This record gives sequence, structure tokens and C-alpha cells, in this order.
Amino acid sequence: MIIDYVGVKEINGSLIVMDGVKGVSNEEIVDIKLENGTVRQGRVVQIEGERIVVQVFEGTRRISLKNTRTRLTGHPMEMPLSPEIIGRVLDGAGRPIDGLGDIFPVKKENINGTPINPVSRVYPKNYINTGISSIDTLMTLIRGQKLPIFSGSGMTHNDLAVQIVRQAKISGADSTNFGVVFAAMGVQKDVAEYFRKSFEESGVLSRVVMLLNLSNDPIIERTLTPRCALTIAEYLAFELDMHILVIMTDMTSYAEALREFSSSKGEIPGRKGYPGYLYSDLASLYERAGMIKGHPGSVTQIPILTMPNDDITHPIPDLTGYITEGQIVLDRTLQGQGFYPPVSVLPSLSRLMKDGIGEGYTRADHQALANQLFASYAKVIDARALASVIGEEELSPIDKKYIEFGKLFESRFVNQGFTENRSIEQSLDLGWELLSTLPRAELDRVDDAVLDIYYKG
Amino acid sequence: MNNNVIYGINGPVVTVKNTDCFEMMEMVHVGKQNLVGEVIGITDRQTTIQVYEETTGLKPGDPVSGTGAPMNVLLGPGIIDNIFDGIERPLKAIEEKSGAFISRGAAVTSLDTEKLWNVTMTVKPGDKVEGGQIYATLPETPIIEHRLMVPPELSGVVKEVKPNGEYRLFDTVAVIEDSLGETHELKLCQQWPIRTSRPVKQRLTPSIPLITGQRIMDTLFPIAKGGTAAIPGGFGTGKTMNQHQLAKWCDADIIVYVGCGERGNEMSQVLDEFSELIDPKSNRPMTDRTVLIANTSNMPVAAREASIYTGITLAEYYRDMGYHVAMMADSTSRWAEALREISGRLEEMPAEEGFPAYLPSRLAEFYERGGRADVLSGGEGSVTLIGAVSPQGSDFSEPVTQNTKRFTRVFWALDKALAYARHYPAINWMESYSEYFNDLDPWFKENLGEDFVEYRNRISALLQEENSLMEIVKLIGSDVLPDDQKLVIETARAIRVGFLQQNAFHAEDTYVPLEKQKLMMKVILHLHEKAKEVVAREIPISKIIKLGLFDKLTKMKYDIPNSRLDMFDGYISEIDEKLGELLK
Repeated sequence: MIIDYVGVKEINGSLIVMDGVKGVSNEEIVDIKLENGTVRQGRVVQIEGERIVVQVFEGTRRISLKNTRTRLTGHPMEMPLSPEIIGRVLDGAGRPIDGLGDIFPVKKENINGTPINPVSRVYPKNYINTGISSIDTLMTLIRGQKLPIFSGSGMTHNDLAVQIVRQAKISGADSTNFGVVFAAMGVQKDVAEYFRKSFEESGVLSRVVMLLNLSNDPIIERTLTPRCALTIAEYLAFELDMHILVIMTDMTSYAEALREFSSSKGEIPGRKGYPGYLYSDLASLYERAGMIKGHPGSVTQIPILTMPNDDITHPIPDLTGYITEGQIVLDRTLQGQGFYPPVSVLPSLSRLMKDGIGEGYTRADHQALANQLFASYAKVIDARALASVIGEEELSPIDKKYIEFGKLFESRFVNQGFTENRSIEQSLDLGWELLSTLPRAELDRVDDAVLDIYYKG
Repeated sequence: MNNNVIYGINGPVVTVKNTDCFEMMEMVHVGKQNLVGEVIGITDRQTTIQVYEETTGLKPGDPVSGTGAPMNVLLGPGIIDNIFDGIERPLKAIEEKSGAFISRGAAVTSLDTEKLWNVTMTVKPGDKVEGGQIYATLPETPIIEHRLMVPPELSGVVKEVKPNGEYRLFDTVAVIEDSLGETHELKLCQQWPIRTSRPVKQRLTPSIPLITGQRIMDTLFPIAKGGTAAIPGGFGTGKTMNQHQLAKWCDADIIVYVGCGERGNEMSQVLDEFSELIDPKSNRPMTDRTVLIANTSNMPVAAREASIYTGITLAEYYRDMGYHVAMMADSTSRWAEALREISGRLEEMPAEEGFPAYLPSRLAEFYERGGRADVLSGGEGSVTLIGAVSPQGSDFSEPVTQNTKRFTRVFWALDKALAYARHYPAINWMESYSEYFNDLDPWFKENLGEDFVEYRNRISALLQEENSLMEIVKLIGSDVLPDDQKLVIETARAIRVGFLQQNAFHAEDTYVPLEKQKLMMKVILHLHEKAKEVVAREIPISKIIKLGLFDKLTKMKYDIPNSRLDMFDGYISEIDEKLGELLK
């Protein structure tokens, strides 16, 4: 027998409290019917005997203490899945909004997923050639990795993400198996449109699933968007054996939605008002990247987050950096100088890179070159700091060389066109060409044998 | 008695109304799927339970049943070369049962119950045995002999002993009778509550170093066997890399590696690497001496809290057999966050940054379980604890780092600036410290000669001096310094690049024996002393630099193989020769 519960006991932010509810299970989805006929969905987040707290995804506007009829659905939040989902546009909670009708599910999965058993993981080793020198050479993206872009408002992170999608799909024998899941959280309509158009132009749109929770959409729904996206990605990767790239933008909006939910629930806040479980919550998303034994598919994640006030120590980038396998950091000064992509090389990192490059993957000298470029560029920064105090004129000859190298490195190596697709050999050779402007003795991270081949100073 | 049912659910915390049949810290089964949980609060009106698995789908009215015992782990053969989750469930067995994704309520025994072990009995009927005494041994892996010990609280006279031969985990191999006349069956395994430390005969001072083959750790900031160390560092500074290096190369008998709230891919990397790596001492794969505990960041948070205790209990068990055990915990910050999360759900009054007020005492309890000791089985064992700390925003003043600092005696502070310049290990030599010098120096003097300690002190002093000179250089550039100070900067550079920096991916450089570390210091200091004489004669330092000696020394870590330590003599004579010419 299905019971409708009439009315609620308490409304607080996006939460409603109901009493006298029987047989409810934790995390169950409920349908809330308003008097005007609209139906909203909510999720049970706390149970105390017959008193339950429900989080309403669409918000509690127009809900009063007596104008609702609530019905338990008997299952947790599930995502309908089928191969037809490819190419569809969904809202933030995974419901189709492209007017092509409902998805006829082959199966349904709990959107929270289940953790991958660490012993079932395959350690990711296949590199993805993005055609971008700074990324390929210094922070190589690996299939199955989670590599976020740390950016700020007004920077070119969207272009970079689009360029990665466009250029990454070309390489690799199984490019037909390539797909993109795009999750927009709290971004503007035109940003979402930009992505859609770019996917269309690069011919991948038919292999993209878009989930759109735009900035004027319900905020609480935003906490579902990445989970729906990753459930789709896991299905495509591990059941249909596709290579899936998941782009999630903007994680900052997601974390803010989580904070809003947490504070309306009256939880004890951690740093900057974010809930104490922000780390675990973010991890439950990011850790859904990877590869599994016995399945050829993979889930690679590129979350994009805008650092509030460009502060990398802000809790969101900070905790993200602790979970993800590296980060690509964008820099406003570089962008100001007109460089694209404005990748700030020193704080950027790819943790999985060391096992996916070198002989058999890219080229034998790759690791040595990357180490040396990092080390030399770090010295450029020191020399610049010194120059800002004593003036460039007063620098020692070697420091002047470094300043010169720094300029070349930024304008030729980091800087490249939005449509320019450099092969890995081109990038590596360019790296050596620039290092050759420095005296050979300065290259202390490289074996002599390697220098003999590549150093042309 | 089994009519206890769930009343409330809030995340991983479940409450039961009106019952008095649970004990504090008792292990319980919750719901129809028998999820594992632990009692963490009792009042006369309700009992609070933290559940170690996802609580989605639990309903009020679902049954809760007690097990009558605290959260236990099963100790016995089969622990080594295994990988467990935070509450000692074997992940390989779970994989066989539920596939690549971990399903809930997976009921599997921690250790293999079917495998036959070749047991050799070491007691005979009529023997008096004490708690902790060894009653049988068996080869667990080709290099680790597993010693079965009488549970610490038990003693008595051996009544019955099975003959040597092959037995399974739960087979009884001996029977003893205690002073009250009760008989106890001894099997190949025993249980131990994870939150209680295992007793030892007597604690010893930690006076033997844990040799890691990592130059900056062995020479400048050594840790003792049975010591405690913290590795704090922001993300990307190489905490995990350092932990891996230690796990691979340190000279402990057994490694317990706890991946606590960290990345899944990292654990699969450890699994891959360790099974391929061959231990140079035993010529066996590293996995033959390693236990992994993997509770990755997306696995349930309450089990993450328990994983540290599970790890240390396994470590203590092997210590009691007389082994030197090193436990790496990566990362204790995630454990502290698990504490905070559960504390928040219990609506406890928070202290600093939302962490519970008992955070320092929990940390102290944990680090106190390390140490070197005379163990009950006779002989000596130790547990060395090395905890990574992930301070939020790389800010070492946050509560976890500060409190860890109070309870550990070695502090390997990782530095973002060094990591950005790809100077690895990115241990900052100005901020790090070791409090074990006094305990360890006698050992170094005895085994490596008086000069080892002297070299180390001089290296340290040079780095200190460089640091203060750099303050000036930052303001006015290095050109204005007098030559003797320029020499200090030049030597310090050779120390930093040639000695402190170590390449974990280089076959020769990834592990460096102490003898070579000492000779490297010797050569660098020799050059410094000789060059000082040259500079004192007012010969410009640029002439010395042109000789290329400093550059040569920065590369000697690659150029001199670990097996060719005689090559250092050539370096010394080359220095004497070339600088001698300048003096002519």
C-alpha cells in the first residue's frame, strides 16, 4: 500500500522535516506533490524514529506546512542507463531536457556508486597526447587519471578543456571508442553553449553526454550532477568498454552547494564554513576515475575549478589537490601577457606521469628533459626575484641567461595557438632547443649521455 | 535478547533506543546486510553506533546485534603479502566475491582458513608456558618465519601437543591448562582488540638507526628503530613518494603500509611495484615482507578511522615475534578528518578547526604504540611509526601537524618551493629535525667511525651558513660577497644538488649504503677545505670553479656505483692535484 503523507512539520532552507513516517530507508528518494500539481524530488538525509529530514532538490519555495503530499519511492537515487544515453542532453539530476523523450533504461544504478576495490584497479600507464607542449612534456595526462584545472574567474580554462577534448580524441587506435561526459554545475548558459558548439565543431557531439545544471537551476540539484555524470561514465566505460573523458565544471559551485546544504542542516562547519566531510565528499567523486582489471574502458576526469581570489590554499583547490593525481594551474600574469594556455608550470604536476612516459611510451629522454625544464625554470623565478630588487642590469651573466631562457620558455614553449596541435617529438625537441640556450654545466639534472645527444649549445 | 532495532540514522552514525545490552566499543552487526559497526556512545536512553560501511538503504526497525567483543582483528599466518581494508577484510577475497566494486556486508574471514601451514611445534606436554611464549613456528613466506605465541593474558602447563605437520588456521595444535584448571585450545591464530596495545616485557631506548638508504634521512635527520617520525607536506611535495621509498628500502624486517584515505591508483601502484621489486638482502619480492592496508578516500570514513589501529595491531603482533617492524601511515590527516567527521555527527563540541578536543590524546595514544622493546617471547622487537601529515593549505600551524609534532621525535618537513624546483626528496633542511642524535650517535661512531658524526655536523653547519648568506644574496646578489663566502655558497650547492637531492628513479641512486654516504660527505668537505686554502692565498674563486670539480661532485652520485667505493680515492687525489697546481 502506498501512503501519501500530507503536510510537513518544519521547513528550513532546502530541508523539510516530516513526522510519523514509517518504513523509510536512509537516502531514499521521495516525491513531493504540491497543490498546484508540480512534483519535486527529495532525498532522506536523516532519520530519527518516525521523524525524517528530507532534502528537496528543487528547493522549498512555495512549500507550506500543509500543501504537500509526499510519497516514498522505496529506492535510493538511481540513474537510468542505456547505450542510447550517448548524445543526449540531461538536466542536473539526469532527466532529459532535449525533448527527445525519456531514456528507456537497460539498467538502473545508484548514483552514489560503490568504491572500486583497490586490488581490482589497473595502474594507469597509457598517456593521452593532448598536443599541448606544456601538458604533454611537463604534466602528462594519463588515461584513467584525474587531473584538475585550477583556474580563476575570467581565465581561459574552458578553451583549454575544449582543446584537450578536440586534440586528445585524434590519437590512439581506439578513437572510435572515445566519449565525453560533460557536467556543468552552476555555469552560465553561454559557457554551456560554448562547450556544446565546440564539441559540435570538433565532431564529437554525437559522443557527448551533457548534464546541465546552470547557474539559475536549483542549487541542491547541483550536488547530484557530478554523481549522475560519473554513474553514466562508469556505465559507458566499464560496461560498454569506452574511453570516457569526464569534464566537470565548476567544482567550486558544487562545493558551495554542498556548504549551503550542510549549513541548513545545522552541521558543525570546518574551514571557511565548508562541511568537515568536504574531503570525503570530493573523494567520492574524484576516486571514480580509473581503470579496472578485465575491462578495456577507462574513466579520465578533468574537473575544472575556479579558485576564489586565485588562492590555491583555499579549501576547495587544497582538498582537491590532495585527492587528484596532480593539477594544471593557470596563471593570471601569463594570461595578462597574452599567452595561451597560461599554464603556470611550477605548481602544476602529474603524479602518474613518471610511469607513462619514457621509452616505449613517449621518448627515452622525456623524464630527464622534464626534470631539467622544471629545475631551470625555478631558477628563472629566483633570478627574476633578484632582478626586481637590484635591477636586471646588475645581474650576473648567468642570471641574465636565465632571464632570457625564461622569456623564451614562456613565449614559445608554454604559449601556443588554440588550434595548434604539437606532436610529442615537436614538444620535446623544442624543450631541448630552449635548454640549449643555457650553458651545459647548468643542466645538472641530466646524465651526460643524454646531453651528448640532445644538447646543441 | 536480539530485539534491538535501529531508531535513527545520520550518515554513518546509527542510534538504538532503550537498550542496556551493548558494551562501549563493542563490535555490532547492523541491518539485514550485517554491516559492521562499533558502539561509540551509550546513555540510558540510547546507544550510538558508527557503521563501517555505507548506510544507504538502512531502515528504522532493522535489527542490530552485538558480538559481545570489542573490534578485533584476527592474527595468524597469511597476514604478510596480503591486502586488507581498514577493518582487516582481505580485498582479494572480496574481489572474488563481489567483483571490481566493493559491495556491502561482504562477509569474508580475514585470513585464509583453508590453506595448510607447515607447523613445527616448539613445546612439549608438561612444559610451563607464559603469555607471549612461542609454542610453534611455521614459514609464512620464504623470508618470514611466523611464530605462534600464547595469548599474552594466558599461562599454564601444556597438556597436549599435536605432532609437527600441516594444519589449517583454526586447527588446534596444543592445549594448555591454566592455574585454575581450565583448559585452553591453541590454534594457529588469535584475536586482539585493535584499540588496545599488546603488552611487552620492557621498553628499551631506541639506540639503533633505521637505515633507509636515503641520504638526507640517514645522515642529517636519522630515525631510530622503534622511533616515531612525521612527514608533513602540502600536496605535490612527495609525501607518498617518500613513504614508498622508505617502505622499499628501509632495513626493517616487516613493513606495514597503511593507505588511509588516499588515492586508489596509488595503492594499485604499490601493489604493482612491490611485487616486481626484489629485496636486495633476501633476493625475494618486496611483497614477502609487506602487509598493505588500503582504505582509500572513497571507502567508508569510519573504517578509515579504524585502519590506523588495525595497522598498528598487526605491526605489534610481528614485533612480539621478535621482528623489527616499520609502519607507514599515509596519511594521518585523513584519519584525523575521519575523527572530525564522526565527532561532528555526534554533535560534540568542536575544538580547533572543528577537530574534536580529544585529537591530541588520540594522536599521543597512537604514537606511543611505537617503540623498541624486549618482547614477551624473548628477544627484541620494534615498531617504527612514520606518519605522513597533509596540512591544509600547506600551513604547518594547523592542529594535526602541531599535535603530531608534539608526539613524534623526527620531523621531515616537506617544502613546496623545493618540490616546485623538483628537488626531491623535498625535505627542508632548515625546518626538519631529529631528536635521536644522542641515542644514535654511539651506534654511528661504532659502526662507521668517529668521523661520520663529525662530517654530518660540518655539512649541517655549512648549510646553516649558506642559509644566512642567502638572505644577503637575495637582496644584493652574490657578486658582492667576499670569496670565502662565495666558496660556502658553492660548496653548499654541491651539498644540496650532489648530496641531499636523490633520484628515486635512478638504479644506483635510489638506495645508497651508509658507507657511500659517508664517503660522499668526505669528498665534498675535502674539496671545501682544500679550496679554502686556495682562497686564503687570494686566488680568485672563479679559477677554482673553472676546474669543474664542483660540477663533478654534483654528479658523483650517478658516476660512482654503490659497489665501487674505491673510486672515491680517485676523486680525492684529483682534487689535491688540480688545486695543488693552482697553488704553485
